[in-house]
Amino acid sequence: MAEYRLKTPLKEEDVTKLKAGDIVYLSGIIYTARDAAHKKLVELIQNNKPLPFDLKGSVIYYVGPTPPKPGEVIGSAGPTTSYRMDSYAPTLIEHGQKGMIGKGKRNEAVKDSCKKHKAVYFGAVGGAGALLAQRIKDAKVIAYPELGPEAIREIVVEDFPVVVVNDTYGNDLYQEGRKKWEKN
Amino acid sequence: MRVVRYETVVNSIKDMIVYSTTHLSEDMLEALKKAYEEEESEVSKAVLSQLLENADIAAKETKPLCQDTGLAIFFVKIGEDVKIEGGSLKDAIYEGTEKGYKEGFLRASTCDCFTRENLKEKIGYNLPPVIYFDLVPGDKIEIEYAAKGGGSENVSRATVLAPAQGKDGIKEFVKKVISDAGPNPCPPLVVGVGIGGSFDYAAVMSKHALFRSIGTKNPDPELAAFEEEIKDELNKLGIGAMGMGGTQTVLAVHIETFQPGRMCHIASLPVSVNVQCHSSRHSHITI
Ligand code: SF4
Repeated sequence: MAEYRLKTPLKEEDVTKLKAGDIVYLSGIIYTARDAAHKKLVELIQNNKPLPFDLKGSVIYYVGPTPPKPGEVIGSAGPTTSYRMDSYAPTLIEHGQKGMIGKGKRNEAVKDSCKKHKAVYFGAVGGAGALLAQRIKDAKVIAYPELGPEAIREIVVEDFPVVVVNDTYGNDLYQEGRKKWEKN
Repeated sequence: MRVVRYETVVNSIKDMIVYSTTHLSEDMLEALKKAYEEEESEVSKAVLSQLLENADIAAKETKPLCQDTGLAIFFVKIGEDVKIEGGSLKDAIYEGTEKGYKEGFLRASTCDCFTRENLKEKIGYNLPPVIYFDLVPGDKIEIEYAAKGGGSENVSRATVLAPAQGKDGIKEFVKKVISDAGPNPCPPLVVGVGIGGSFDYAAVMSKHALFRSIGTKNPDPELAAFEEEIKDELNKLGIGAMGMGGTQTVLAVHIETFQPGRMCHIASLPVSVNVQCHSSRHSHITI
């Protein structure tokens, strides 16, 4: 279990050094999107239209925060369950996305695409919404405001704590971690 | 007949919602601290330490512990000798829920099953809540509230076993539910198990079992032992905090049976498993 501090956008050499189980502190700009926004992004790609942000090296955080109180940058902002993005993620990875942050299992197609196109799936701690919000220093909606909590936001993070779940070598922390601690 | 004002109920509901979505309950905090001390896996321990820090930040900033502030679930016991003045109890719970979620800057997470359109405009902010009413002797109103997130609800399951499958069958079923769920419901978990009654009532009991204070034992010694047995079995799965591998997968198993008599039909054995994530936001008031 190694620890890294990485800056976004991520480069290929940033992600290929990571192994499932490593702890990473991310800093820089990342984007938030859930299923509804993913659907729109994939449609734009299919129609050869420009995207609201540059996918190259990007990290997308699967989150639907609570509304901010006056004066707050963002409300509580922990990860949502990732499988709802499984059908869209491979298209985005093919087009340059390097990191995904969420919680819970991914399907084989997503894991294959992480291996093939060198991208990583990070797990953030579900239910740690207040702590994770403290590491978010700025947030602005850049697309689809009508989606409310599901709008695409550009957020600036500082030392945002995540764990590598699926790396570029086909390892899966959920399977390996469990195997290691399973007792029969 | 005791009279309680409508506004009293509205304000009590509002306050309990805002407080319990931002302050992790004492029983849960204790259970997480114990899990942190006992966890052997490094990565799972790191997760547990983040959860304890999160609870601290949430309380200090009055910020939701988790962004999924859930469906509002209520179990309400109304005394036969109390009446609400100025409106109905149901309306008061609706109004208190809407106020609590709005004024507490919580998330509105109710939507139309088919269009998936958020109901905050059409019905109300995070409305409707799910309410179970029960009529009891006395002149008090007892209200239990929980904010139930989607992640752990999505992996919950119910079934009707054959009577011959007995305790082993129950244990196997619970184990399968938790094993299949893996990291998705945000472990460490509290597992509510409803046994008996009818198919539907087993599910209600499995939800109500989650309201019990963690660390308390089932009053039936046989079931208290069964709860421990299932818990030990589940902790052998190795899932760990957030599914990253470890020894602390389940903080507690709570069984509820249909009373009196742990009843079910002679031909069936209904079992339901309601999974609760570590962000167990529940509270209880008496008016
Ligand atoms: S499962 Fe619980 S802790 Fe996890 S995101 Fe949902 S409500 Fe929050």
